[in-house]
Amino acid sequence: MSAPPEILFERVSKVFPHPGGGMPLEAVRELSFAIARGELVAILGKTGCGKSTTFNLIAGLMRPSAGRILVQGHDPYADFASYRGKIGIIFQNDRLMPWRTAIENVALGLELNKTPRAARLEIAAAWLARLGLSGHEHAYPHALSGGMRQRVSIARAFAGKPGILLCDEPFSALDEHTGNALREEFRELLLQTGATSIFITHSIEEALALGERLMVFERPARIAYEVTLRADMSGTERATVRGRIRQVLASEISAK
Amino acid sequence: MAPDEGSSAARRTGKGLNYFSFGYEGFVALAGLALVWQIASFFIPHFLFPSVPEIAARLFAIFTSWNSVADALATSARILAGLTGAFVLGTVLAMPMARSSAFERYAYPLLNFNQGIPALSWVVIAIIWFRGIEFRIFFIMVMTTLPAFTFQVLDAYRAMSKDLFEMTLAFRPTRLDLFRTLVWPTVIPGILTAWKVNLGNAARVVVVAELVGATGGVGYELLQQQQIFDMAGAVAWTLVLVIFVLVVQGIITFVESHVLRYRAFAERAS
Repeated sequence: MSAPPEILFERVSKVFPHPGGGMPLEAVRELSFAIARGELVAILGKTGCGKSTTFNLIAGLMRPSAGRILVQGHDPYADFASYRGKIGIIFQNDRLMPWRTAIENVALGLELNKTPRAARLEIAAAWLARLGLSGHEHAYPHALSGGMRQRVSIARAFAGKPGILLCDEPFSALDEHTGNALREEFRELLLQTGATSIFITHSIEEALALGERLMVFERPARIAYEVTLRADMSGTERATVRGRIRQVLASEISAK
Repeated sequence: MAPDEGSSAARRTGKGLNYFSFGYEGFVALAGLALVWQIASFFIPHFLFPSVPEIAARLFAIFTSWNSVADALATSARILAGLTGAFVLGTVLAMPMARSSAFERYAYPLLNFNQGIPALSWVVIAIIWFRGIEFRIFFIMVMTTLPAFTFQVLDAYRAMSKDLFEMTLAFRPTRLDLFRTLVWPTVIPGILTAWKVNLGNAARVVVVAELVGATGGVGYELLQQQQIFDMAGAVAWTLVLVIFVLVVQGIITFVESHVLRYRAFAERAS
């Protein structure tokens, strides 16, 4: 018998009411997929295709309008508190608390998980060191560069050893050089921790570099194309996948 | 960085400027005011403009007489008690207002209505309604500073970043943890500002309250000076209140500079 999926979407829809009483906005339409434990999935799509809504639905920050979501066998919205310490999130912007130092920001999840102070500071310091931020433990966010702040937010997500890691375009706000350097380190960390990871991006190259499986979303969020990336794929095969993704995204634009 | 560099940077940028960081400029300004007063005292009748040394002597007498010090302390305690009461009540009102628009729709007009009531009306109402002097003053202080506290705490809560709220929520905090780690640090700058603003208002209101309803305190003493036409005494007692406000403002600013030390400031912000 195969293991149950770590994350399951069954015909999930999400509709936002129009604030002015106009046409409601359909962000997700009958979306279905299953992600196995330890899998690294990249979700790709144009801006506004419902990627972030999907992300918030998995994180339990939103309730679906229809359909069923199971994360580790439970409803992430209804059983919100039961996921304490089990889900790590890296957002598009660093979302560091400005009144906390780097080490205190990293230790936030551990603190909320009631890890004793000495232990959580030790873990946080180790993660900061692992991400090349030794010596900056007591710096406030305003004193750190954008890349350093995003490293702190990555350390914060990993520090609690989550079973599931959700990443919402974490490198999109960084310059190309910093983003590339951080992306490689990030993939190493993902592989080392073995967490089930969902990586949302609008960059084809980023999705190809990070994902083991790729899902391309159309608007409203539904899977328009899906492919599993083997480690031993040749350059030609990758180029074919790249071309197919471009085609899907282009056809979506022309259909609008 | 040397301590001097820090303070000069703060002065350049205007950030962290407080009652203790004006340095010689503040001293010069106050000395200038005293000089103008002293010159005026040479040309204007004594009962209107007593000399600066005479006022200083009266001030010294206040601080060396236990009864006078007790009056000053009573007024200080009334201000702090009233502000604390208004702050607690304002916070209790602001939190449900922030969370429930239905509650806000009822509470907001009432607070706005309250803002239109003059302090003197509250004094009259308090005298008619209540028997105890201290409770009367407490009631007046709370009613006059409540709207400002409520609106400022409400604004501070509303200014909370949605991004940070979502991020913290993703860690599944308890309500208490959410308050401790996110809400409290978010609202504390607004609360400190509210205290600074309301302190000045409270100092003005307490004098009015004491003027008509108390048997001790700075307001009562001012009334005594008015009845005997003693301008030096009136100025000296006014200075007592000003000194109290400046000291408490200084304490709040000191707390602010410690609690908000994480804030960045721009070199060219001045």
